[in-house]
Amino acid sequence: MNGHVTATRSIRRRLIVRLLASAAILAVILFLVVQSFGRQLAQESQDNILAASVTSVLDAITVQDGALIVDIPYSAFSMLGNISDDRVFYRIEQNQVYLTGYEDLPFTTARSTKSQPAFATDHYLGEDIRLVTASRKLSLNNQPSVVRATIAQTRNGQKQTLRQISQTVLFLGIGFFAIAMVLTFYAAQSTIGPLRRLAASVSRRGPQDLRPVESPVPSEMVPLVRSLNQFIGRLKKSLSQSEEFIAEAAHRVRTPLATVRMQAEVTLRRVERDENREALREMIRAIDESSRAAGQLLDHAMVTFRTDHLLVETFDFRVLVDELVTRLRPIAELKEIDLRWQKGAPLLIKGDAILIQNAVRNLIDNAIKYSPTESSIKLTLSQDRSGAILQLMDQGIGFPDEGFELLTDRFVRGANAHDTIGSGLGLTIADDVANAHGGCLELKNNAEGVGACVIFYLPLR
Amino acid sequence: MRHLLFALTLGLFPTLGFSFEVDKRQLFMAEPGSQILKVISTADLDLFAGVIDVFQSRYPSVSVDYYEVGSTELVKALIEDGAQFDLAVSSAMDLQTKLANDGMALPFRSEFTTQLPDWAHWQDLVFAFTQEPAALVFSARDFDDQSVPKTRQELIEFMRSHPMQFKNRVGTYDIRSSGLGYLFATQDARTSETYWRLAEVMGNMNAQLYCCSGKMIEDVSSGKLAFAYNVLGSYAAAQITNQDDIIIVEPSDFTTLMLRSALIPKNAKQPQLAGQFIDHLLSFSLEAGKAGDFPFPTLQRDVLEQETALRPIRLGPGLMVYLDRLKRKNFLNAWENAILQKP
Repeated sequence: MNGHVTATRSIRRRLIVRLLASAAILAVILFLVVQSFGRQLAQESQDNILAASVTSVLDAITVQDGALIVDIPYSAFSMLGNISDDRVFYRIEQNQVYLTGYEDLPFTTARSTKSQPAFATDHYLGEDIRLVTASRKLSLNNQPSVVRATIAQTRNGQKQTLRQISQTVLFLGIGFFAIAMVLTFYAAQSTIGPLRRLAASVSRRGPQDLRPVESPVPSEMVPLVRSLNQFIGRLKKSLSQSEEFIAEAAHRVRTPLATVRMQAEVTLRRVERDENREALREMIRAIDESSRAAGQLLDHAMVTFRTDHLLVETFDFRVLVDELVTRLRPIAELKEIDLRWQKGAPLLIKGDAILIQNAVRNLIDNAIKYSPTESSIKLTLSQDRSGAILQLMDQGIGFPDEGFELLTDRFVRGANAHDTIGSGLGLTIADDVANAHGGCLELKNNAEGVGACVIFYLPLR
Repeated sequence: MRHLLFALTLGLFPTLGFSFEVDKRQLFMAEPGSQILKVISTADLDLFAGVIDVFQSRYPSVSVDYYEVGSTELVKALIEDGAQFDLAVSSAMDLQTKLANDGMALPFRSEFTTQLPDWAHWQDLVFAFTQEPAALVFSARDFDDQSVPKTRQELIEFMRSHPMQFKNRVGTYDIRSSGLGYLFATQDARTSETYWRLAEVMGNMNAQLYCCSGKMIEDVSSGKLAFAYNVLGSYAAAQITNQDDIIIVEPSDFTTLMLRSALIPKNAKQPQLAGQFIDHLLSFSLEAGKAGDFPFPTLQRDVLEQETALRPIRLGPGLMVYLDRLKRKNFLNAWENAILQKP
């Protein structure tokens, strides 16, 4: 299980790409819409002034003594000069006969009245022009007469306005896109934030931490977190079930073993023949080992359970070690092992006393087990600035040269320990306890060549 | 004088193949083989010679070929005859505008043209470089500084109360033949209704009609006329030797300002030289301390901001209205009714 996960394109990048694409499309649409609106507006403002001009020309046409008087007002042309410096052309005809102005000026034949002029775009004297044509009915000598006036203006001013509008709108579009870009990055970042926080909080957890995720998450992530929590729950349940199973199994094995041992001892006393007695002693020794292994399994299950719920109290580490040494000295003496222990000054630490006692007992147990007869085990308890240090030195076989770090794993035993019966749980328990208290377990061989040195370190905190 | 001065001819000058009439022509020669700037102008050659002198002192390698013509002849030369000129200078603002409007002018931009106020240029085509008031010129024999009328209204009242003094002794332009007279009259009529009453009264006095300002001023200073209306006062003042004979009044109700303007005709061969000449003309008004060398009144850019009666005629398409055939006919009819007392 090396945790390899196949990654597809990142959500953040996808978000950014899509949002930026939308912003670009919107910016282009904005540009086009405003530009066309500007074009329309510029056209309309020119058309309006042309319409006003042609209306004032037609208004000034009068009939005097049966003759048509065309008297173009000064304002008709000067108003055109007011909005832009464009060139102005005009043409007036009566009943489709040219009267005055630029005779060859194009005009629109679209239906028009004085109030409803017709507009067109054309060319004249090599320039684009916008022209307006309007007509007015007059009664001349009792004959209906139609006067049609056309006023045209070049479109340079309009084009200039359009260029300015286009430029402004271009900057507007670019500005819009720039702002959208900033917002997009911000949005993508904040969208991805909760996911990152969840990932970080899960990966920050220690190996034993199987609590459900409880910090609030966005609603979209609720199904994911709910599934994760359910998964954690199942995992935790399954783990505790197996621990319970082991503990239960060990417990059930230990009681019948005690009965079997007692019976074996009773039988030993009755049996006379040496080979039978030897067989029985061998049997009792095996039963002892089995029951010790079952005890360790129970210890380990208890340690696993308790490290999840540490019962922290203040106690004297020295007293704890002292009691254990007193309790285990008879066992050591069976092998004629000298347990050297100096009860020094009190050393108060904070921690789960039962766990620590369990750990230290396993360590001393281990040392006795792997020490040859007639050797000594030296225990020292000291204190540095940040923690309490319990050091055990024996004169046994020591640790193998390779695989130090694996010895604290469950059921792993040193390569050189075949001769000694053991469960492989003792160091695991001590290591778990040390870790649960924020301390550590250090294994090494004695510098003087013979024996192992184990350092159990607990921070004072 | 560094340049050779040729006064080629006076009076009628038949140009080869062309029908327009040239009043005077002079070639202001620089070194042989130099570039020649052909100028067609309505401005008096004697006045303009000084301007050309200053120009040539700055551009010694440019010869100037100067044609003095009437304003209608100028248009005729450029449009009907298609004659080639590099610069057209005219006092007929309406005709200059129309030339530009009809696509007969080349655009020109420089640091000087961009300094001109809106009313003193049209597009990048026509540029005004003088402002010359249409003044009242009174004879010193009939008026003194106190009694002289200051407004048109006072003038009307003066004439009405002294009909005998003014009979046959009132002069003004014959606007049928004088383009400048027509321009002044149309602008007066546009500005105030008083103009028509004044014309009516002048008609009653049997107004004498003139072609040009110079002649009117001559007759005022000699006492033949009691006063002349709409005279280019400053222009004339330069000509008259005895300033004591006349009193020049700029009417305080309003004084129309004619702007002499220049444009580069479409078929110019030396548009760049022409541009330099336009800058030269504008520099007298736009550069401090040069006005003294200029034979014309310089352009005052802030004339509209000042609380005066001065009304510059605005260059622009509005001027074309009075060039309309029918409009002109109507206006001349009305004018003839008033001045000639025709029914």
